[in-house]
Amino acid sequence: MNVLLDNLGEFGSRFLGTVELFVLSAVASLVLGTVLAAMRVSPVPAMRVAGTAYVTLLRNTPLTLVFFFFAFGFPLLEIADLSFFTLAVVSLSLYTAAFVCETVRAGITTVPPGQAEAARALGLGFGQSLSLIILPQAIRAVVPPLTSVQIALLKNTTVAAGFSVVEAGGIYQVLSERGYSTLVGLLWVALGFVILITPLTLLQRSLERRWSASSGGAVKAGAR
Amino acid sequence: MSAPTAVLFDVPGPKARARNGVLGVVAVIVVAALLAYVIVRLVATGQFEGRVWEWILYENIQLALLEGLVNTLRAFAAGAVLALVFGAVFALGRLSDHAWLRAVSTGIVEFFRAVPLVVLMFIFYFGMPSVGVTVSTFTAVVVGLTLYNGSVLAEIFRSGVQAVPRGQSEAAYALGMRKSAVMRFVLLPQAVRSMLPTIVSQLVVLLKDSALGFLILYPELLYQARVLGSSGQLGRPLLPVAFVVAIVYITLCLLLTLLANRLEARTRRTSPAPAPVVDGAV
Repeated sequence: MNVLLDNLGEFGSRFLGTVELFVLSAVASLVLGTVLAAMRVSPVPAMRVAGTAYVTLLRNTPLTLVFFFFAFGFPLLEIADLSFFTLAVVSLSLYTAAFVCETVRAGITTVPPGQAEAARALGLGFGQSLSLIILPQAIRAVVPPLTSVQIALLKNTTVAAGFSVVEAGGIYQVLSERGYSTLVGLLWVALGFVILITPLTLLQRSLERRWSASSGGAVKAGAR
Repeated sequence: MSAPTAVLFDVPGPKARARNGVLGVVAVIVVAALLAYVIVRLVATGQFEGRVWEWILYENIQLALLEGLVNTLRAFAAGAVLALVFGAVFALGRLSDHAWLRAVSTGIVEFFRAVPLVVLMFIFYFGMPSVGVTVSTFTAVVVGLTLYNGSVLAEIFRSGVQAVPRGQSEAAYALGMRKSAVMRFVLLPQAVRSMLPTIVSQLVVLLKDSALGFLILYPELLYQARVLGSSGQLGRPLLPVAFVVAIVYITLCLLLTLLANRLEARTRRTSPAPAPVVDGAV
């Protein structure tokens, strides 16, 4: 208990860093991932190829390697002088966007084809039918798996500890300098993550239950 | 292209074809410009000069990288086997008829799924010495991979077993089989068969996660890349080495992903699962 209470400020600022990393990367990855998903279902072959290539590449690259390129490689290119924190957000967003893209794309296929056909029959173009008809309905199928992707992102923020970013995983360095038990400190960090993730998991379960119960018939899905 | 997306837009007429053509050209130009800019920066900062690529000819550096690859594969192999065992054991625990066993297994699986893998590795490598237990980097990496991916695999196994139609186990019980026989001969073969693509996908995750060993200085590929890349004698070839290592990692993961896709295509072709009696050779 002393390990936690004596270093409360350190724990607080580091978990704040984790949450900041998470929120920024979550927003960026959701936006980029949705754009990528739209590219992958678009009528323009070049965009489909670009989207597919991006997703295949990033999904088969370890996150640590992405961090490696941005934290150590990017500064060598002398393009811009960005902080490790910014580079961490960029790495996490680019990596997570590939997974968001695949989830959103899977969600698009759950919308009954009649919806898209009706939209086309009304004269809506690709952009309009996707943004006004398909995506709003796909959200229902997509939110539970997207929550899983974002939970994974929250846990992945700890990779930044290896690249000089102030976040919860790196606390062992401070604790061992101050002579506290790193084991106890890290167990507190583990507990902290369980506490951060529990509300997300509960939210996911309740959404899943509510929406899977109400989407008994594909016809009812139109009532949203 | 594929059936589900084609429904989103009409077969393009002359106007739409022209517009799509323009958009396609714009997309190509944007991507090409981005790549070109990166390449220009790489050239301008001397990343393509012969001096920083010379290392690729040195035998002991090739051997060092090979050793890194072997270490990566070693951690992956040990982690994969142990995670599969861990997953199987705790899946059985979660499916047990004894409430206390279910509760314990659920608690363990949920805990290790919620704790970041990096923190698990840190606990074993940096934390254990403070209670007098020193752990090698290899052990810390393998134990971390096992606990995390094993917990995920336990959930995969469990959902696979639960997805087997109820009639299968009822019929097996009716034939007089015991719990263990029902599990071994009826439920598991069908579950493993249907979950195989998911299991292989999880092994891709495990392979990618093995790169986290870099953070605790386990001498795997990325670590070797870091060491080589900061060597002044070789002209600090960090990016050239990183490119080579990236190609190795991506190739390995892609091969596993392709395997998973192929398995999935096969399951889709042959499902619904054939009668388990005929299907002994899983």
